[in-house]
Amino acid sequence: MRKQYSPFTYITFFFLINTILCSLTPIILHAELISGYEFISEQAKEIQNDDFQNPGFSVIENGLDIYNEVGENEVQCSNCHGLNGNKFIPKSIAQFPKFHEILDKPVTLRDQIQYCWVERLENFPLLYDDIQLLALETMIRNKAFGEKVNVDINEKMKPYYEAGKAFYFTRFGQMDMNCSQCHDIYTGQMLRGQKLSQGHTNGFPLFRLESQKMVNLPQRLRECFRSLRAETFEQNSDEFRNLEIYLNARGNGLKIETPAVRY
Amino acid sequence: MFVRINILVVHSLIVLFCFYSNNISASPEIKYIVEGDNIFNPLGGLEGDPRNGRELVRNKNKGNCLSCHHLPIPEDDFHGTIGPSLIAVSQRLTESQIRLRVTDMKQVNPNSIMPGFFRGPEKMNRISSIYENTTILSAQDIEDIVSYLITLKTIQTKTF
Ligand code: HEC
Ligand code: HEC
Repeated sequence: MRKQYSPFTYITFFFLINTILCSLTPIILHAELISGYEFISEQAKEIQNDDFQNPGFSVIENGLDIYNEVGENEVQCSNCHGLNGNKFIPKSIAQFPKFHEILDKPVTLRDQIQYCWVERLENFPLLYDDIQLLALETMIRNKAFGEKVNVDINEKMKPYYEAGKAFYFTRFGQMDMNCSQCHDIYTGQMLRGQKLSQGHTNGFPLFRLESQKMVNLPQRLRECFRSLRAETFEQNSDEFRNLEIYLNARGNGLKIETPAVRY
Repeated sequence: MFVRINILVVHSLIVLFCFYSNNISASPEIKYIVEGDNIFNPLGGLEGDPRNGRELVRNKNKGNCLSCHHLPIPEDDFHGTIGPSLIAVSQRLTESQIRLRVTDMKQVNPNSIMPGFFRGPEKMNRISSIYENTTILSAQDIEDIVSYLITLKTIQTKTF
């Protein structure tokens, strides 16, 4: 004979299961990768989606102009990468930072642009926060729009990835916080008026509403360091390069959104 | 005319400097004793001013507590949700418990995200040279904030 349960037992069970599910939500949510896009206001989303309103698109135009200029040796980017960059392979752009066999170290997309600029066009090196470099990076990264980030972290990349990961969990500055606290533990919570995102990099270079400026990742990281009241690192330092490897790989699978609009 | 402009410039520079150095807090020469999860004696024997405390918890260059905590301060639109709400906090915690938490939360929970507002700078990693050898808040600031928080006994707004 089937045992009869009182309705109260069912209600208790219902609540019990609900409680368990609710307490698990942060963990379940956490396992899922969420682009910073999901954390911005509807208004900001509209700006990002509209090519005319999104300031990133005029930066892409500038990038194309620079792309089509000839270098000191009469060579230009399009000799190898096609008119307006139509020979760039989105899957390959989405793999940066990757290991560079000649330089024998990992290179970011910025490093790679710099490498071609100096070695192939025989130009004078660009400063790491030069707006020309920013424009080129935005234009090229945009070629992989919608492609999934796919950084390889095996073999030669492994030690650099591990160093970046250790950095991510290191506390910095007078505020004495690490990246993970804001972007893993308290994701979704409000820091005053600002909702904390998972801190992904799939939108970079991006337009910041706060400073009304286009920034690349190291420039954004320097802002983070300033707000932690910590001594920052050079834009092309090994520390920031390793961190970029970790951050990009942490978002492996997210679609590239360059040029994104963020707070 | 020229002299007057000069005086003006020098004056504004002094004002700027004072403002700047005001933002950067005092060195933590004052010692305190932790017993359990309490600091019983006011830091440096100072007396707190709750009205100033209320300003400090809002000020982005000072306590900036609102960035993480809800407080009964309706003038500010946005209150953070990272830490627990501090509405009626003194129903839950005593003055001496609050003092330790505001002074250095990491002595209560070593993994806390809450900054140690009067924690020794030698325990921090890579402090920016601007803030070298300073604490985020001065002992007086801490006492002002503590004296404000202990007035939060009910869910009502306190304006003084
Ligand atoms: C006090 C909290 C806090 C800490 C600590 C912190 N961040 Fe952030 N971070 C923010 C806020 C707030 C934003 C802007 C809103 C957002 O996208 O989350 C942000 C944005 C970002 C972004 C841009 C995300 C996007 O989609 O635009 C990246 C990348 C990032 N942080 C990385 C880091 C790294 C790396 C560290 C450690 C060096 C770090 N953060 C430490 C609060 C923090
Ligand atoms: C970056 C976030 C952050 C900031 C800024 C911050 N707190 Fe907190 N606070 C927390 C968190 C998180 C907790 C929960 C305790 C823990 O971390 O273990 C907490 C706990 C507390 C508690 C104990 C509350 C309880 O019910 O146990 C008090 C009191 C407190 N904070 C006061 C302050 C004051 C005053 C300020 C500003 C001077 C401040 N906090 C700034 C994050 C913050």
